[in-house]
Amino acid sequence: MQLTLLSAVGSLVWGTLLAGMRVGPVPLMRGFGTAYVNIVRNIPLTVIILFASLGLHDTLGISLGAGDVVDSYSFRLAVLGLTAYTSAFVCEAIRAGINTVPVGQAEAARAIGLSFTQVLFLVVLPQAFRAAVLPLTNVLIALTKNTTVAAAIGVAEAAALMKDMVENEAQLLLISALFAFGFCCLTLPTGLILGWVSKKVAVKR
Amino acid sequence: MTKVTVAKEDAATSDELVVLKSVNKHFGALHVLQDIDLTIARGEVVVVIGPSGSGKSTLCRTINRLETIDSGAITIDGKALPHEGRELARLRADVGMVFQSFNLFAHKTVLENVMLGQLKVRKADKKQAEEKARALLDRVGVGTQADKYPAQLSGGQQQRVAIARALAMDPKVMLFDEPTSALDPEMINEVLEVMQQLAREGMTMIVVTHEMGFARSAANRVVFMADGRIVEQAAPDQFFSNPRSDRAKDFLSKILHH
Repeated sequence: MQLTLLSAVGSLVWGTLLAGMRVGPVPLMRGFGTAYVNIVRNIPLTVIILFASLGLHDTLGISLGAGDVVDSYSFRLAVLGLTAYTSAFVCEAIRAGINTVPVGQAEAARAIGLSFTQVLFLVVLPQAFRAAVLPLTNVLIALTKNTTVAAAIGVAEAAALMKDMVENEAQLLLISALFAFGFCCLTLPTGLILGWVSKKVAVKR
Repeated sequence: MTKVTVAKEDAATSDELVVLKSVNKHFGALHVLQDIDLTIARGEVVVVIGPSGSGKSTLCRTINRLETIDSGAITIDGKALPHEGRELARLRADVGMVFQSFNLFAHKTVLENVMLGQLKVRKADKKQAEEKARALLDRVGVGTQADKYPAQLSGGQQQRVAIARALAMDPKVMLFDEPTSALDPEMINEVLEVMQQLAREGMTMIVVTHEMGFARSAANRVVFMADGRIVEQAAPDQFFSNPRSDRAKDFLSKILHH
């Protein structure tokens, strides 16, 4: 849960900035945004998470200020890995949202003298987000389930917990069903609530 | 009428607000603006007419650089049009623009639409901005709609809000890019009346339109464009009763006699 929430917030921020870069006027940033999205979304998440642990921590000694405590540095690196990965999808969802905003909106905003960042944050993104709620819901649900991959680097999330229980209890089917049910309890309401929100905030034209 | 026109033309030589010098622009192979020379004086109302595809909208949009130009020069109030960034934004704040499709910010109320530029560009105090916005909305006759969203308004009301939004920046010149072309016939007049009033108050205006009635009654000068060129410029009376060029005669015969 904590892993999902932190990564969700992180990837929303970073994904929005990436989307801003991809629609911006500076070629270098556009190139960076495009390259980032295309590279990151095509790498399996497991590889990214393992790289965060083995590459960043074990080889380069980066622990994100958590010292040598395995539990906390693994957790922080997992948040980093999930954020890096999910933000590529967030970026694309928001960019799709931006495409639903008519060009005239940005033109009118420029015509009253707003700068590029003001146009983006005051006029275009507020409308793009409203259109992007549904695609972002998909991304959030995928993220919730992707947290299980963090088990690979020893973060005590659901999959790790489940492995422990299976080893100790041997009731494989029951435990699997229980965890599947647990995930549905998290993701189904997410989908329903955000679906409702999406209708509620839709921009009328 | 004639006397007024003469007086305005005298002003033209002494006080040039917008100057275009041999402006050229291409859309791919299409040469949309060909050697455009045009000077607009402070307080002058210039109406640009012509068949569709003649480049009149593009001309209007180059003046605040929503369209870039390939060659030539545009100056506004003596300053050359900046290329990008902060300078350009500052210039655009001084040039009001009204679009064919209104383009009110759909996620903001009417009042917020008119306040946004004042708050974010002019850095005005919130209370003053609201007072000014309400006064402008009253002036264009939509004061009672201030707290609605644009989608709840009729086209004519939306366009009048768009005019108020542009006026809130205290622009030196107002550009109108076919402001009534997307409106139902019965709403055209309410927008034209607001524009007439602006013209009478001495606002410098460049109006691209198909409304010949407005051109006759409010314009100091009519600019007729065809195929990317300015074919003819004249006072409205003269242009409509006695056009010099064949192209203009042809155009007028098609629109005035049915």
